[in-house]
Amino acid sequence: MKTIIKYVTLDLVRNKIMIIYALILAALSFSVLSIDSNSSKGLLSLLNVTLLFVPIISILFATIYFFNSIEFIELLLSQPIKRNKVLLAEYIGLAATLCIAYTIGIGIPLAILAPVFASVILLVSGLLLTLCFSAIALLVFVLFKDKTKGIGAAIITGLFFTLLFDGLLIIFIYSFSDYPIDKPILGIISFNPVDLARILMLLQLDVAVMMGYSGALFKKFLGTATGSVYTVVCMLFWVIVPLFLSLKIFKKRDL
Amino acid sequence: MRRAEVICLVLFVFVCMNANARSSKVFANNPGSLQQAIDRSIPGDTLLVQKGTYKEHDIQINKRLVLIGNNWPVIDGQNKYQLLTIEHDSVTIIGLQLQNTGRSSLTDIAAIKLLNANHVTVRNNKLYNNTYGVYLQNANNNIVDGNIIQSNSVDELNSGNGVHAWKSAYLTISNNIISGHRDGIYFEFVTDSHITNNRSFKNVRYGLHFMFSHRDTYRKNVFMDNGAGVAVMFSKFVEMYDNTFVHNWGDAAYAILLKEISDSKIIHNRFIKNTVGIYFEGTSRIQVLNNEFKENGWAMRVQASCSDNNFERNNFESNSFDVATNGTMMLNTFKQNYWDKYDGYDLDKNRIGDVPYYPVSMYSVVTEKIPAAMILYRSFITDIMDQVEKILPSVTPDQLKDDAPMMKSWNLQ
Repeated sequence: MKTIIKYVTLDLVRNKIMIIYALILAALSFSVLSIDSNSSKGLLSLLNVTLLFVPIISILFATIYFFNSIEFIELLLSQPIKRNKVLLAEYIGLAATLCIAYTIGIGIPLAILAPVFASVILLVSGLLLTLCFSAIALLVFVLFKDKTKGIGAAIITGLFFTLLFDGLLIIFIYSFSDYPIDKPILGIISFNPVDLARILMLLQLDVAVMMGYSGALFKKFLGTATGSVYTVVCMLFWVIVPLFLSLKIFKKRDL
Repeated sequence: MRRAEVICLVLFVFVCMNANARSSKVFANNPGSLQQAIDRSIPGDTLLVQKGTYKEHDIQINKRLVLIGNNWPVIDGQNKYQLLTIEHDSVTIIGLQLQNTGRSSLTDIAAIKLLNANHVTVRNNKLYNNTYGVYLQNANNNIVDGNIIQSNSVDELNSGNGVHAWKSAYLTISNNIISGHRDGIYFEFVTDSHITNNRSFKNVRYGLHFMFSHRDTYRKNVFMDNGAGVAVMFSKFVEMYDNTFVHNWGDAAYAILLKEISDSKIIHNRFIKNTVGIYFEGTSRIQVLNNEFKENGWAMRVQASCSDNNFERNNFESNSFDVATNGTMMLNTFKQNYWDKYDGYDLDKNRIGDVPYYPVSMYSVVTEKIPAAMILYRSFITDIMDQVEKILPSVTPDQLKDDAPMMKSWNLQ
């Protein structure tokens, strides 16, 4: 398994797209952080960058990569290696490379220009998002045989979580505004890793007060360490559950 | 007569009048020495209180005296008692250190209490760890100047106010540093007073709190880190100039909360990093001019119950929301303000934007109606909604607009 991870990682590191991804992130974060004298504002802008780019790029790149390496996977499976191990190794190799690219692109500028605790949280939430969306990409890969359909599904999934989900949530909030919906909202939020990452980050910044202002529950729940722990745990579920599902499906899949 | 002669004559008469006024020293060697000295003295005397610790309480001053502390002698209430009570006009208290009054929820225990006393001066004292600092009750024409008033209150119930005034007039509260009390400065039925150059910070509730207090002027004060900022209610003809409101940040914090205020002026103040810059409820005819709103959550919340307020030549920069309101009715005027979110153009180069600016964003309307929507703060969908609303306004109140927004910020230094 280690050997497969090594080869996947080596293959990806040589890939120019990974380098470009890291460079674009680095350029964005350097410019954003040096324009704003206030590090909190720079972090908020970087949060927006993370929330928009990381899910879409992770899921798209990962899906395309998995589909492209289908022959490599088939070749490996002709050897006496377990299916689970091959798929897991593919995932770990890919997720690790994406994480390295994100760490270089966002982490290093943050360490130089904004060495505060909130920066660590931004880095963590970005890494968690990368892991989540690579796992979802793996699920897409095992569910679809056709590459075109798979990429289409990946795009839709990415857009669903970054845009559509919040739109539906707004409709839900509007329709049921006469009812006590604070708790259901907190529950619904857990179904979107992008929202979870956003809240995890906002809780570290001053603007968290603005969320607390609007409801006692948000303050009580999100204002304490429990809120941060809850969001992180939910995001970890978003990594483990798709991963587990795809391993299970792949085991039975007709190749 | 020449002027010098007149002055000499006046001085001579003055000296004659005070011929029997003495000045004597008070030492802390035997218990009760301060009260005894006060009892022995005659009106017009000056008592020079020497350095030391006076464990005395409920000291009554009922004649015209001047108390001057030498190197801040300490009067200690041992966490049980009340300290100075002044019940006569024209008393002067300078340079004392008054500390550790008792705490009681039944009576208002104060370090310096003025009861029905006029023309009293309380200057350059240090008041530490008291329930109430300076307490004025039915006292007019008094001066509270240059005092340091500190306490360590933790909740609203067991604490008192730094400077507390009730049913008084013509007060001057200036150059005080007040912290750790319930309200920094509290006024109820206090009229025609001047509050100048005070610093009120880290108080449990309000930095400044006043009700039914008309014709008061607040100038050059700084209110920082107070639990709920500044609250102003049921008053008329209030004037606030050159004050600074910084970091009144929390779930229920306002830089200024205005409720039922009319005919007042808020000019050239700075509001920085407050949850809400100014909250208007039921206000009318207020002039809000030349103020700076920077990095606030909401720069202003103007409820629909306000009318004829005038917002002119203010700067709005880096606020999360510029203006929020709870209705579609808007009877106030916005004119020539600078809004950093304004993206209009100025073709005739008169430095005034050619298209109006609508300071209420769609998302702020949504959160005003449904606070729970705040969970989507800073998500893309809300940005998109705001952009769509800008092009095709439908939800935001169309009367709330600045017809002449400035292209560049005002220089308000």
